[in-house]
Amino acid sequence: MPVFIALISGVLFGIGLAMGGMLDPAKVVGFLDVFGEWDPSLAFVMGGGVIVNLIGYFGFIRRMDQPVCDARFHLPQKQSFDMQLIAGSALFGIGWGITGLCPGPAVASLFTNLDTGAIFLASVGGGLLAGKVISSQLRPA
Amino acid sequence: MIINFAHFTPYASLFGGVLIGLAAFILLAFNGRVMGISGIFSSALTNHPFSGLWRWFFLAGTVIGPLIYLGFREDGLLMRPVSEGALLYVGGFIVGLGSMIGAGCTSGHGICGLARLSPRSFIAVMTFMVSAVVTVLIVHSGS
Repeated sequence: MPVFIALISGVLFGIGLAMGGMLDPAKVVGFLDVFGEWDPSLAFVMGGGVIVNLIGYFGFIRRMDQPVCDARFHLPQKQSFDMQLIAGSALFGIGWGITGLCPGPAVASLFTNLDTGAIFLASVGGGLLAGKVISSQLRPA
Repeated sequence: MIINFAHFTPYASLFGGVLIGLAAFILLAFNGRVMGISGIFSSALTNHPFSGLWRWFFLAGTVIGPLIYLGFREDGLLMRPVSEGALLYVGGFIVGLGSMIGAGCTSGHGICGLARLSPRSFIAVMTFMVSAVVTVLIVHSGS
């Protein structure tokens, strides 16, 4: 059952990304180009996603003792700010600005963009693994 | 501020966003998992496949979703690259590196974290929005 739910969630996510315009790097750059000819569309993607999720979280999840198919909610517990949060997010923004693709669209573009999709996804995966090594060095368990 | 109305797609983007929000809600309500792609992808790569099979199913769904969407669209999917060659792949590496160090990307911090009113995610989103806007200003201005 959990794997089936994950598949359905992934399919909805992939359709949403495609429909929202997140798989089109030029559209993403058009959204980030606030000082040029600005295309605000992607604010609607984020707005729609956050509002639905906000209602879902505060309307339902918070009233549930546990998820339907698991013993507990695996939510991040960390509350404090640190340099890693800022530095990592700043780096991510640089990569997103250069390529117009964040990790979700990198996965979703695997077969829709046959020219570069696979190599790009591999480069994101390489960055994730390198980041994992660096994080474990900076944050001893 | 000049709005680019020629490329503005409020309805399609809002509906896409609603689907993304639903995807995140379903994953948390049923599986108790946060829909953060950088976390799901990196854990899928490093964990034993059987200790988190759901991650591979989620990623498979993410790959299949756009193909289903393409099946319903006769005019195809717009995918205009903005960088190529080494710059594209170095950029991809930075995307992965940054999201791992920052413990989340657009989905985990942007969609899920903001909806839970997480202060950490709010800081992360502000940071990556500013750095992405500045990067576009430097790299893609006038394009």
